[in-house]
Amino acid sequence: MSDASPSAAAPAPSLGRIFWVFLVMGATSLGGGVVGYLRSGLVTRERWLDDTDFVELLSISQTLPGLNATNMSILVGDRLRGWPGALLATLGMCLPSGAIMTAAGFAYGVGGDDPWSKAFLHGIAAGAVGLIVVVMVQLGSKVLHGLADYVIMLGTAAAVAGFGVNVPYALLAAGAIGIWWHRPRG
Amino acid sequence: MKQLDDIAGVFAYLSLLTVGGGMAAFPELKILTVDVHHWLTFPELLHFYSLGQLSPGPNMMMVASIGAVVAGIPGALVALVAFFLPTGLLTFGVGRLWRHLSTWRWRPAVENGLGSVSVGLVLAGCIIMGRGAVTDILYAALAAAVFLLLFYTRTNPAYPIIASGLLGLAAHWWEVHAT
Repeated sequence: MSDASPSAAAPAPSLGRIFWVFLVMGATSLGGGVVGYLRSGLVTRERWLDDTDFVELLSISQTLPGLNATNMSILVGDRLRGWPGALLATLGMCLPSGAIMTAAGFAYGVGGDDPWSKAFLHGIAAGAVGLIVVVMVQLGSKVLHGLADYVIMLGTAAAVAGFGVNVPYALLAAGAIGIWWHRPRG
Repeated sequence: MKQLDDIAGVFAYLSLLTVGGGMAAFPELKILTVDVHHWLTFPELLHFYSLGQLSPGPNMMMVASIGAVVAGIPGALVALVAFFLPTGLLTFGVGRLWRHLSTWRWRPAVENGLGSVSVGLVLAGCIIMGRGAVTDILYAALAAAVFLLLFYTRTNPAYPIIASGLLGLAAHWWEVHAT
């Protein structure tokens, strides 16, 4: 299983250690930037990956469907300890927020009609729009290179948000155009 | 059981659309949970997104809240498994394959081509969310302020997010006391 071995010479961490490190990141990554927490945890603190590996795995995570945080957990866990590593890393990442958000569902059923909680959550939703735009601009600055990329990006957004085209159709059509535009030449 | 089947179907489908991040699936999330299944209202969906913002971990873990609202703990579990298992298996498989494809001529085409599309999908999700959340000039100014702060400084997003909630409370206080 040469695929799953870490590129560094350091011995692979135990499965328990992998679960614990991802559990701590899953429980402490407040503020909505899990990727930043992953980088400081995996590259800086644990040294399980170097920056080049991290960027490579992140680009796979962003290309494939799935949340960046869970895709990264799967890829890093697999690289360290094969499929059990991937499974435990993902469970660790998801357990804290999964439990919190399940509890939030029940709590909202009890207190969600209170106008003060609604006002608080509405304010957060508006602020979150600003945060999403930041994440989007950062993603865009990495993947948008030429005029054609901007046309494909805006065309996809206009089709979905402006004309109500279903996301899968937009994804298939714009994806095919984008891949064809960047096809290998020569 | 019918409800659990619906939850499984909806979230497994949505998970396959999250290219570039959870926001890419937001337009379909709104259509399916609000307009098709009537599990919750659009403002409630936004409130769960806000709760996800306050919780550690990925925002889209709010699918557990929606599952819990519809069918209790089993609903939350089914929503989580459906949302993470299909893409998880895909990522696991492709992740192993991808290294063998490092010299594949089409690999940069796939990464670059899907890259622009994924930014477009995130933008669409952001616009649809903005239609519900940015309801007047105050909230538009708030969203713009959060953007500028986070884009130009290295502030932890948790602070402006909490401040946004407090501003929402202040706006409500104003409505109650000044009118």
